[in-house]
Amino acid sequence: MIPLISFGLMLFLIAAALAGIEWGGAPYFFAVIVPYAAAGLFLCGVIYRIIRWGLSPVPFRIPATGGQQKSLGWIRTGGTDNPSTAAGVWGRMLLEVLLFRSLFRNMKAERAGEALAYGSSKWLWLGALVFHWSMLAVVLRHLRFFTEPVPAPVAWLQAADGLFETALPPVYLTDITLCAALAYLLGRRLAVPTLRYLSLAADYLPLLLIIAIAVTGVLMRHVFRQDLNAVKALALGLVHFAPVVPKGAGALFYLHLFLVSALAAYLPFGKLVHFAGVFLSPARNLANTTRTRRHVNPWDYPVKTHTYEEWESEFAEKLKSSGYELERK
Amino acid sequence: MAIKIQPGELVQYDYRPPRRGWMDEPAPFRPGTYSHAGVKKHVEYLGLPNPREWQPYEQDWKLPENWKEIIVGGMRERLGRFRSLKLFLDICVRCGACADKCHFFLGSGDPKNMPVLRAELLRSVYRRYFTLSGKLFGKLAGARDLTEDVLKEWFYYFYQCTECRRCSIYCPYGIDTAEITMMGRELLNLVGVNINWIIEPASNCFRTGNHLGIQPHTFRDNIEFAADEIKDLTGITIEPSINRKGAEVLFIIPSADIFAEPHIFTFYGYLMLLHEIGLDYTFSAYASEGGNFGLFQSHELMKRLNAKLYAEAGRLRVKWMMGGECGHMWRVIHQYMNTMNGPADFLEVPVSPVTGTRFDNARSAKIIHICEFTADLVHNTKLNLDPSRNDAYRVTYHDSCNPARGMGLLEEPRAVIRASCNKFFEMPEETIRERTFCCGSGSGIGTDENIEARLRGGLPRAAAVRHVRETRGVNMLSCICAIDKATLPAVMDYWVPGVQVCGVHELLGNALVMKHEIPRTANLRGEPFAGGEAADA
Repeated sequence: MIPLISFGLMLFLIAAALAGIEWGGAPYFFAVIVPYAAAGLFLCGVIYRIIRWGLSPVPFRIPATGGQQKSLGWIRTGGTDNPSTAAGVWGRMLLEVLLFRSLFRNMKAERAGEALAYGSSKWLWLGALVFHWSMLAVVLRHLRFFTEPVPAPVAWLQAADGLFETALPPVYLTDITLCAALAYLLGRRLAVPTLRYLSLAADYLPLLLIIAIAVTGVLMRHVFRQDLNAVKALALGLVHFAPVVPKGAGALFYLHLFLVSALAAYLPFGKLVHFAGVFLSPARNLANTTRTRRHVNPWDYPVKTHTYEEWESEFAEKLKSSGYELERK
Repeated sequence: MAIKIQPGELVQYDYRPPRRGWMDEPAPFRPGTYSHAGVKKHVEYLGLPNPREWQPYEQDWKLPENWKEIIVGGMRERLGRFRSLKLFLDICVRCGACADKCHFFLGSGDPKNMPVLRAELLRSVYRRYFTLSGKLFGKLAGARDLTEDVLKEWFYYFYQCTECRRCSIYCPYGIDTAEITMMGRELLNLVGVNINWIIEPASNCFRTGNHLGIQPHTFRDNIEFAADEIKDLTGITIEPSINRKGAEVLFIIPSADIFAEPHIFTFYGYLMLLHEIGLDYTFSAYASEGGNFGLFQSHELMKRLNAKLYAEAGRLRVKWMMGGECGHMWRVIHQYMNTMNGPADFLEVPVSPVTGTRFDNARSAKIIHICEFTADLVHNTKLNLDPSRNDAYRVTYHDSCNPARGMGLLEEPRAVIRASCNKFFEMPEETIRERTFCCGSGSGIGTDENIEARLRGGLPRAAAVRHVRETRGVNMLSCICAIDKATLPAVMDYWVPGVQVCGVHELLGNALVMKHEIPRTANLRGEPFAGGEAADA
């Protein structure tokens, strides 16, 4: 039911946007107001989220340790899986953010009666990694629309990405990998019963939105070619705060732009904000040094304890008769 | 309520979720799968909210009238105090990597035991009261009202989590279900919803210093009894001291070590080892418990119970502290104590008087784990060990969750075991070290009335033990946790009969050749060494 609702909502969003673009008679709205509003929401939203997280302190040093601690000199430590230095924490975070270290541990449990067997299960890791890196490459490639002259690295990336010249214009490798990874992530969510059971509309909608963005992008490149000069004029106008509404940009382009704007605006307010949150995770970004360096809790407050004196006076008779030395004679 | 579970009874399940959505499925409350309520007098003694007589199986939980306000207010307060909570409620993408990592899910198939869904129980309420989308779109945004059924569901599933952190290791963001469960339990406690297996030990511990409520004279008797047993076994007189001022080391143990089986054999091991090397140490009858059931109730109670450790070290003017074999006690000591009850600047950095090794890893908290201490002795060959005395045992090692994932104490116990045994076999790598499976009874849910949940939660650990039993003939499961020692025997008896449970220092005590000992023919349990007297020759 939830996948259907999500799919319906997505179609409705697309239809409403297309209708607005075709018959709304307000190109300025879709070309300028929507992207600016989205960019504003994205920036303010992300900053708001980070500040909100930042306002809550980390009272205790609670890394989840994934390897041997640093204790005796002759015992090899778990390195970045259980860091004891700032460099180690950086290593742990870089591996986590760039290579999805924890997902790489993933395995699958299979049960037969009372026996459990564990098999390698790297597909989720691979799918997620391919999706995120492809997405990054696609975003970076788009910088060519926002810059003049185009910086050399962006041009190199574009050239490398299109190296497999099987069609004209060249098919980007990352377009293929992005779509494949998205199909895998959505398919998996629908096909694995436990995953479907726990998935919310908030899990399907972002996936469907990104799929719609990718599909409209690919369609523009290979089927409904757009006037790239017009697109670039619009993009440059937006980044230089001198927006123009060029002639020649089609409905499909405006739909693509609208969907990207919707994604950017939504990003800080849903689960996609994990891209920022991962850096703040106290189970990952702290060194396991709780016994070597005192961590201070900023909201620490005194509590009622049972002091030695109270304890001694309660058990004084028994203490005396069984030969304990008392503080209070 | 004695619950009898027949062999084979617990494997009739699969991992297919029900058709109805999880929000519409109330918690089942089947006898055998939950613990009984905190008894009024103990709740009162600790000064905790809403003391009353009630039980989870009754319809009316006798909540305070404004319970909803209390819970929502409590959430607001904790969101402001713990970045972990706020972040973990915000960033989960429900990728499902954690789902089949939880021992309770693997052993029960109950989808709400998937860590992600366990967190959603809390997250759904968070969305409803603290996020715009949840307020606007309700169920569609994964939000739901806080109702009594939701509260009961929290109770059921937050006491069906052992805070073992296995899922956190697999989560791409390190979302730590232990944090979620700890916060969930704190919230429940605000309206007096708790379980007696946590409240009573905590109340005993607050009053007497230990979970069972052992008073100082009995504490002394038990320790002297252990010394007598050792004299019978080895001919050596050991005179452990209690509350002795000016000792070099204060040794804190889980109190189960001095009265429960098989814990007591580990206690013999400690006494023999520390006597043999001549460590100047003392026990304390006031700080007679290292375990801390406050961890399973609230941060505040954890701090209240733990205060005695440093206080007693100060009073006795010791130089440094050592802790015995206990799992959650070490989570508290390693990750909380220095912050909560420190600074311990009146103590000195622990230095082994035997080897001269300075334990820099404890230079601020000034407390070391006995496995760190003994591993250093073993490495420097300061002990005369005869591992053949353990030849009757084919040993495997269960990494206790808290020392593994809340600390990283993985190789130290293994070094001690390898030096003490000839026949040591590891379980499959997916089930040990940082990937270890919980015993299924940790975090205060090791009660008899909860036996079905415990056996189910113990299935993954038991399956791994069965594997090495079948392939390597393993008959002894060693561990360094008092809760493991208390609860794994029942799990083994049900799933893998014939496997016993022991502590690492029991194995060491068996192997330890003491100066001037009488010829020994039996191990600490009084069982003959393999091959009888011949093995000792």
